Amino acid sequence: MPDKPGRNAIEVANVSKIFGSGEGQVAALDTVSVSIRENEFFTLLGPSGCGKTTLLRLIAGFDFPTHGEILLYGQDIAPLPPFKRPVNTVFQSYALFPHMTVADNIGFGLEMLGKPKAEIKARVAEMLKLVKMEALAGRRTSQISGGQQQRVALARALAPQPKVLLLDEPLSALDFKLRKDMQIELKRLQHETGITFIFVTHDQEEALTMSDRIAVMSAGKILQVGSPWDIYDKPAERFVADFIGETNFLTAAISGIGNGKARATLKSGSTIEATVAEGFQPKDNATVVVRPEHAKLTKDKGELSGTVDNIVYFGTDTHIHLRLDSGEAFTVRQQNTRSAGCGFERGDKVGIVIGNDAAQVLRD
Amino acid sequence: MATAEEVAKAAERRDIRGRWLLSAPALLVILLAATGPLLIVLVYSFLTPGPYGDVKWQFSLDAWTSVFLERDIFDDTLSIAAAHVTIFWRSIKLAIITTIATLALGFPTAYFMATRSEKTRDLWLFLITIPFWTNLLIRTFAVLQIIRNEGIINTILLKLGLITAPIQILYTDTAILLGMAYVYLPLMVLPIYASMEKLDFRLVEAGYDLYATRFQVLRRIIFPLVRPGVIAGSILVFIPALGAYVTPIVLGGGKNLMLSNLIELQFGQGRNWPLGSALSISVMIIVMVALLAYVRNAGSSGVRHG
Amino acid sequence: MAKNFSIKHQPGFTAVAATCFVVLYLPIIVLVLYAFNAANSTSEWGGLSLKWFRSAWQNTEVIDATLRSFQIGAIAAILASIFATMAALATTRTAPYRGLTFQYAAINQPLMVPEIVTGVALLIFFSRIKIFTGYSGLGYLIAAHTAFCIPFAYLPIRARLENMDLTLERAAADLYATPWKTFRRITLPLLWPGILAGLMLAFVISLDDVVITEFVKSGGQDTLPTYMLGQIRRGITPEINAISTAFLLLSVAIVTLFFFISRKRD
Repeated sequence: MPDKPGRNAIEVANVSKIFGSGEGQVAALDTVSVSIRENEFFTLLGPSGCGKTTLLRLIAGFDFPTHGEILLYGQDIAPLPPFKRPVNTVFQSYALFPHMTVADNIGFGLEMLGKPKAEIKARVAEMLKLVKMEALAGRRTSQISGGQQQRVALARALAPQPKVLLLDEPLSALDFKLRKDMQIELKRLQHETGITFIFVTHDQEEALTMSDRIAVMSAGKILQVGSPWDIYDKPAERFVADFIGETNFLTAAISGIGNGKARATLKSGSTIEATVAEGFQPKDNATVVVRPEHAKLTKDKGELSGTVDNIVYFGTDTHIHLRLDSGEAFTVRQQNTRSAGCGFERGDKVGIVIGNDAAQVLRD
Repeated sequence: MATAEEVAKAAERRDIRGRWLLSAPALLVILLAATGPLLIVLVYSFLTPGPYGDVKWQFSLDAWTSVFLERDIFDDTLSIAAAHVTIFWRSIKLAIITTIATLALGFPTAYFMATRSEKTRDLWLFLITIPFWTNLLIRTFAVLQIIRNEGIINTILLKLGLITAPIQILYTDTAILLGMAYVYLPLMVLPIYASMEKLDFRLVEAGYDLYATRFQVLRRIIFPLVRPGVIAGSILVFIPALGAYVTPIVLGGGKNLMLSNLIELQFGQGRNWPLGSALSISVMIIVMVALLAYVRNAGSSGVRHG
Repeated sequence: MAKNFSIKHQPGFTAVAATCFVVLYLPIIVLVLYAFNAANSTSEWGGLSLKWFRSAWQNTEVIDATLRSFQIGAIAAILASIFATMAALATTRTAPYRGLTFQYAAINQPLMVPEIVTGVALLIFFSRIKIFTGYSGLGYLIAAHTAFCIPFAYLPIRARLENMDLTLERAAADLYATPWKTFRRITLPLLWPGILAGLMLAFVISLDDVVITEFVKSGGQDTLPTYMLGQIRRGITPEINAISTAFLLLSVAIVTLFFFISRKRD
C-alpha cells in the first residue's frame, strides 16, 4: 500500500510564505516542495508553528504564497480565491454554520455550486448515511455533540466531491476514546470515497496509524517524506527521530559503508551494524539511533553495558532507564508478561543487546 | 497570468479601498451633521456679531475677551465679567459634585449587582437599564414633582409636623444637583458594573488569605481592578453634566444658569453669536482636558485581569 | 457561633444599593401615579381617572409632535444602523491599515462633544444652508439625528462582529460561496441580532434627544420632547404626566426587547 503509484493530485513547488515585512519578517514556509498522489492519505506532521497549517491554508486558498506554485492536477491554483478551488476543508473548530440545520450545512457547498434542489437533497441524504447522521438531519448544529459536529463537518466537506479534502487537526477537540473511533472512521471514509486526503496533525501516533505517507515538518521546512514505516524506522534526521516516538541517541564512528549498511563503533568500543542513507561519508562523530523496543537487557555482556537508573511501569510495557558506562543515557522498553516483574532492579549492572537492523545512522 | 503574490497584493489594495467605501457614508454624515460644523463655530468665535443675530464677516477678538471680561459701556475699561465667572464656576462645580455623588452611590450599587448570583444579576442589570433608556426629560420632570413645594417630600415632612412651611428646594443649585445625580446615576453604574462583573473573586479570596481586612481588600484589590470602569463612568457623567441643558431649565427654573443656558442665551435674546461660539469652544476645551486626563489614566493603569 | 465569613460582603454596600434602586424608581412611580390623577392640578389627589390620557390623545399638538418624533426616529435609526453596519464591517476583523484609527475616532466623535456644542454648531451651519437653499423641512433634523445615532448603533454591531468566528466565512468560501453570497448567507444572518440592537438603541437615542433638536428645528417642527420641555417651562399639568407615562411604557417595551435580543445566544 505505501508505494501505490499514481498521478499527483497536488504538487507544491518551491513555495515560500513570508509574513510581515522588513525586520519583523518571518518565513512560515521556506521553499517547500512536495507531491501528493491521487487517492492518498497524506499527513503533514510537526510541532505547532512548523508551517503545516500554513501549507494547508495555501492549498485551500485562505492565504497566497509569497513565492512558488501550487498545482492541482497540473493547473496552478495559487492565485485562485478559495471559492474557485475544487478543494474542501474540515476545520479544526468545525466552523459549522450555527444558524443552519445539519442538512443545510451539508448541502451548502452544492447549493453554492448551483446544483438542482433534487440533486442536493439526494446527495445530502447520501452524505448523512455515510457519516451515520440520518436521524439528526433537522437539528441545529448547536444541539449536537462534539463527535457529531465532527461528522457533519466531514460530510459537509465531502458533499461537493472535492478533488482533495484538507483536514486541519480535525480530531484535536475530541476526547481520547472518541478520537480513536474517529481515526478508524476517517480511514474508512477515505477508502469509500477514494478522495485524496491531506491531514494536518501534531500527534505522531495519529499520523503513524492513519497515513499512507507522512511529511515531517519543522521550522517551515519539510524534513522527510515517507511511509509511516520509513519515518519511524529510518528517520533521516535527529529532529525526525526525536519527534516520532522515543529514541536513544548514541555517538559513534562510522566506517565501512556499503550496500546501505555501515559499521558503527560505539563509545564503549564495541561495533554494531547500522543502516545508513546513500551517499553518507565515513565520519568520527556521527549519531546512531536505536529505538527502546529494539534493544534487550541481559545479565551477561552485550554491545553496551550500564547501570539501571530507574524503572517505570506502563501497563503494557516497562521502561528501564539506564546510565551507560560511557555516561550517555539509554532507555530499553520491555514487553510485560503476566507472571513476573521486569527482572531487574535499580542499581543492577546490565548488558544491552542491540539486534541486527536496529540501529540507524542519522544525517544530521 | 499574474503570480500569486501580485494577486495577493492587489486583493489587499482592493480590500482597503472597499473598507474606505464602506465607512464613507457614516463618515460623511458625521462630517456634515456633527464634526464639520464645529469648525464653523471656531471661525464664528472670531467674527463680529450682526445686528439681528448671525455675524458680520469682520475679524474681532471681542467674543473671546468677553468670555471672562466685560467692557464698561461708559468708560470702556475692562473688568472681570462676574456673571460669566459665576456661571463657569457653578457649571464646573456642579459637574464635579455630580460625578463624586454618582460615584459614591454607583460604586456600591455596581458592587452589589456584580456579587449577586448569575441568574439574578441580569434582573438587576435590567432594573438599572430601564432608567438609563428612559427619556432624560421625563426623569428630570419626575424629580421636579418630588422636590417641589407641593411635592411628596415636603408633603410628608409637613404632615409629620417636622416643618411648618415647605422647604424651597426647586429652583436652587441643590435642585440642579439632585436632578443631575439622579439622571446620570445609571451612566456611572453601568461601566463600573461592566468592570466589576469581570472581577475574579478568587483574587479577593487570596487577599483575605493574606490577612487583608475588608477595607484593605476593597482599597488594594477591588478598586484598582475596576478602576477603568470607574474612570469611564466618571467621564460619562462629567461631560453631559458640564453641558447640562435640560436639568437647569426644568429644576433651576431659568434663574440658576449653567454654561449651556448661557450659550443658548447668546443665540437667542443676546444676539451675540460670536460670544456663544467662543463659549461653546470653551466648553469643548474643558471637555478635551477631561478626556485627555482619561486617556492618560486609562493608558497608565497597568492592571490587567480576566 | 460566629457568622460565616462571606468574601463578597462589604459593610454598608447593600444598603447604598438598595437606596439607589428605591431612589431611581420612586420619582418614576410618583410620576406615573399622578398621570391617573382626577384632580385638575398636580398639587392634590382627586382619585383615579384616565382623563389626562384622553386629553393628551385629543391634543393635536401632542399627536403631531409624537408622530414627528417617530418619523424622525425611525428614519434616523434605520439610516444610522445601515451606515453603522457598513462602518463596522469596514473597521473590524482586519489587520491595521492606514486610516483605521481615524475612521474609528471619527465615528465615535459625536460621543465626545457635549450636545449643546453640537447643537450650536448645527444651528449655525444649517441656518446658512437654509438661507442658501431655501429648504427648511425635516431633513435637517433627520441628518442631525442620524449623525449622533451612528456611534450608538455602531457599538453593539461592532461588538457582535468582533465576537464572530472568522472561520465561518472561510468555511463558506471554501464551499464555493462568492464573497457576496458569503455575506448574505453567513455574515448578515449572524450579525442580525447586533444590527437589531443597534437599531433600537439608535431609535431610543433619537426619541430622547432634546438639546440638538431644540437648536436645529424650524418653527412648527416640535418633537415630543421639545414640546414637553416647552410645556414644563410654562407650568405643569397632569397631562404631561400622562404623556410621560405613555412614553415610559414605550421605553420599557424597547428595553425588554433589547435585553431579550442581546442576551440571546446561538
